[in-house]
Amino acid sequence: MRRGLQVAGLVAWAMLALALLAGLPSRILAQQPQSAEIKIDNFSFSPATLTVAVGTTVTWINRDDIPHRVAGTDGGFKSKTLDTDDKFSYTFSKAGTYPYFCSLHPKMTGKIVVQ
Amino acid sequence: MAEQKQDNPNLAVLDDDGVDRRGFLKCMAWAGTGLVWTMSGGVPVSQAFAKGTGNHANTGDLTFVQISDSHMGFNKPANTDVIGTLKTAIEQINGLAPQPEFLLHTGDISHLSKPEEFDNVDQILKSANAKEIFYVPGEHDLLDDGGKSYLERYGKNTKGAGWYSFDKKGMHFIGLVNVVNLKAGGLGSLGHEQLEWMEDDVQHLKPSTPIVVFAHIPLWTVYPEWGWGTDDSAQALAYLRKFGSVTVLNGHIHQIMQKVEGKVTFHTARSTAFPQPEPGKAPSPGPMKVPADQLKSVLGITDVNYVKGKHTLAVVDSTLG
Repeated sequence: MRRGLQVAGLVAWAMLALALLAGLPSRILAQQPQSAEIKIDNFSFSPATLTVAVGTTVTWINRDDIPHRVAGTDGGFKSKTLDTDDKFSYTFSKAGTYPYFCSLHPKMTGKIVVQ
Repeated sequence: MAEQKQDNPNLAVLDDDGVDRRGFLKCMAWAGTGLVWTMSGGVPVSQAFAKGTGNHANTGDLTFVQISDSHMGFNKPANTDVIGTLKTAIEQINGLAPQPEFLLHTGDISHLSKPEEFDNVDQILKSANAKEIFYVPGEHDLLDDGGKSYLERYGKNTKGAGWYSFDKKGMHFIGLVNVVNLKAGGLGSLGHEQLEWMEDDVQHLKPSTPIVVFAHIPLWTVYPEWGWGTDDSAQALAYLRKFGSVTVLNGHIHQIMQKVEGKVTFHTARSTAFPQPEPGKAPSPGPMKVPADQLKSVLGITDVNYVKGKHTLAVVDSTLG
């Protein structure tokens, strides 16, 4: 009885593994690259212009001693206040150009180009 | 503090336009921790705000103190004890003679708008002998809740994002908010609604009424590259053209700057928390780190003397030690 259960379990794992392997190549192709990072340092976004593929998740990380807040110039995305080392992520699912700024220090501006 | 007279080609000339200016801005000094203002003959005169200056002769009608940028909650290397430095500021204020009648706080009370940060400042300011404190918000005071907690705490009798005016001994004070609805690529902003309110607020005042405007971000363009200015401040100043004495007090840049333009005198106060670099002299306007034993000297006094005579004034910077 016990052995029967173990065999059943192994079969199930094997099937699952096969299914995952079969799906893997297409997933890799579809999601690459899937993430990018923008550093906030010295009151500026780096890189100031970032070009990514549709579906990319962009993460801003604040390396300043002063809080910043990321906001799309035309709305769309907006972070909470990011204290030192805080992060904010947003996934760009449509092609286009997305200008943004720091709504606390509006001289800080950047741009995400999604294509 | 000696009154100084000197010839300086850079001196700004105050208009001699027949407006009653019985007093002169003649002896003005700033300290790292605050500014003392005395009204004398309807003209604001400041006095030293530091050790050894508490007995400075002062026969004005009204004395008040400006403090700014206490950044409660800040704990980075530039100052890991902002509670301590604010307490020091209040102790200095309490040692002044005569005592200021009230305090002005020109914003960035807190670092992250947290209730406990506001609580800490409120607790420390309770130890001030002056019981009346007037605030305007800095951008750090309005984070993430649209200014709700700031307004609940400090916004009684204010309009919009927290602007208001009040009168003291014939003098008109206007507290403005220039840290909300900021536009990408822009500077500080007052906005249409506030400007309309201000125009109406000063409309019926006599031109001889001394005006003090206070707001967080400078209402003159100190350094636009770092956002140190206010996009629509020219409109606000236009409403004040008829007045013979206008004093504009700001914070935000954590250092002393001064400019005189006609009848308008602009000043920025130092922070009680940490210094910021001079415009363009660092990669960014972030907190300036100095060795711990030098922090007080960085926050220390800078003397600025207004020279009596010829309606001119001079600025002479000096350090505490």
